[in-house]
Amino acid sequence: MDSALNSGDTAWLITATAMVLLMIPGLALFYGGMVRSKSVLNMLMMVMGAAFVVGILWVFYGYSMTFGTSSGGLIGNFTEYFGLESLIADNPEATTPPIAFVAFQMMFACLTVGLIAGAIADRTKYAAWMIFAGVWASLVYFPVAHWVWASGGWIFELGVIDFAGGTAVHINAGAAALALAIIIGKRRGWPKTPMRPHNLTIVMLGAGLLWFGWFGFNAGSALAANNTAAVVVLNTMVATCAAAIAWLVVEKIRDGHATSLGAASGVVAGLVAITPACSAVSPIGAIIVGVLAGAICALAVSLKYKFKYDDSLDVVGIHLVGGLVGTLLIGILATDLAPAGVNGLLYGGGADQLGKQAIGAFAVLGYSLIVTAIIAFIIKAVMGFRTDEESEAEGVDVTEHAESAYELGDSGGGGVFAGVGHAARSKSEEM
Amino acid sequence: MKLITAIIKPFKLDDIKEALEGVGVKGMTVSEASGFGRQGGHTEVYRGAEYTVTLVPKVRIEVLIEDERAEEVIGVIVGAAQTGKIGDGKVWAVPVETVVRVRTGERGAEAL
Repeated sequence: MDSALNSGDTAWLITATAMVLLMIPGLALFYGGMVRSKSVLNMLMMVMGAAFVVGILWVFYGYSMTFGTSSGGLIGNFTEYFGLESLIADNPEATTPPIAFVAFQMMFACLTVGLIAGAIADRTKYAAWMIFAGVWASLVYFPVAHWVWASGGWIFELGVIDFAGGTAVHINAGAAALALAIIIGKRRGWPKTPMRPHNLTIVMLGAGLLWFGWFGFNAGSALAANNTAAVVVLNTMVATCAAAIAWLVVEKIRDGHATSLGAASGVVAGLVAITPACSAVSPIGAIIVGVLAGAICALAVSLKYKFKYDDSLDVVGIHLVGGLVGTLLIGILATDLAPAGVNGLLYGGGADQLGKQAIGAFAVLGYSLIVTAIIAFIIKAVMGFRTDEESEAEGVDVTEHAESAYELGDSGGGGVFAGVGHAARSKSEEM
Repeated sequence: MKLITAIIKPFKLDDIKEALEGVGVKGMTVSEASGFGRQGGHTEVYRGAEYTVTLVPKVRIEVLIEDERAEEVIGVIVGAAQTGKIGDGKVWAVPVETVVRVRTGERGAEAL
């Protein structure tokens, strides 16, 4: 029997899946460097932990809720692919194995939940976060991804263009971050006490890993090794460069210096904004998306000081705002020369597409904000969402995980005081 | 016996150490310190938010010396540490009651 399998497409899809996976530790390092040294491990653990939880849920009902047969465009059939057993047999008619798409999309779900963690750094109970991760994926991510990407999903059927996740990933996570930052409350001392990033080197490393992985995230969303994937790679690259330059220019004018944190932030802002638009714009269009995203996000990260919400690592300023910029600009800059084949306002397509993009963007924003708030209030009431004052002062690495990230000082492990004041004891000896 | 303490700019440490060895000083203790004086701190900016760093990193040098050599050693440290710019630091001396070399039990000038 002949198989329709296309090995080039399949190889690219599996490669892209691995690239998106690399974004998870990339995000963990990007965020981890920005917190203080006493809570870096907790930040790494929140991002990684969300992926552990969501990966399991994906097998049982996550994929079914997202890509199962649609009920009214709102939600997929929960039990359709329960356990994924029905998808692991070889399908000779498919150009790529169905389970390859399941695995690729799983990475998106795993990563998206982790994005939220940046808003609630330094102060969150780990158990509460892990429960939140599972509940949020189930009640917010799976339904919204269904709306946006599943055949039959209402946003998809409306004709909204979101190639790789401006709405489902970035607006969604950014709105959730805003709700959580407000409900969990600001860190003690914020914003008066300086809370400087403790290691900008790993922030830059994390941004670099995100950038690399994002080529898989965006170009992999073509689901084939074709011209669309190639256009997307180029657009993703130039939008990112443009956004980083725009962010640095804003900083140079406003603060007097171009900073490394600004460069890393501009990279991520550009990647966020080009994510929905990468198949719909020309390379020049991608540069415009990048410039606007970099400049607008560089200004938007100051909003939290004005409105007094402690979105610690600017998930709102970068992912929500960047996601909105990219999603809406499709309505203006889309050109039918690009793979998506739609004209926006500037290319004579009228305001029709812009209207659709706005409906999609604000529907996701509103849904995520409200449902996240409900989940957060319930977790807060039932088990408490944040650690006590003493833990926050001492650092959640020690109080939540019984570890400290670095032993560099005189009184630590490696120097002349090695071992002084420390006693080792094995749990297993007591058993 | 005097204990001379100098708070200096970190990059001047090597110059001072060489200068002290040059006049026959046999030992010193160095530690990292931070503090403020007339120099004040500096400002850092992260994503548009300004942070004022009020404590400046410095190096603290401690030298034990016989009373009659104290002025000379202070002069050597000041000479080597001086840049003429704000933040060069301070040097002071205080009397020391007893000094004992741990290895031999020698006391006073013998212990230096």
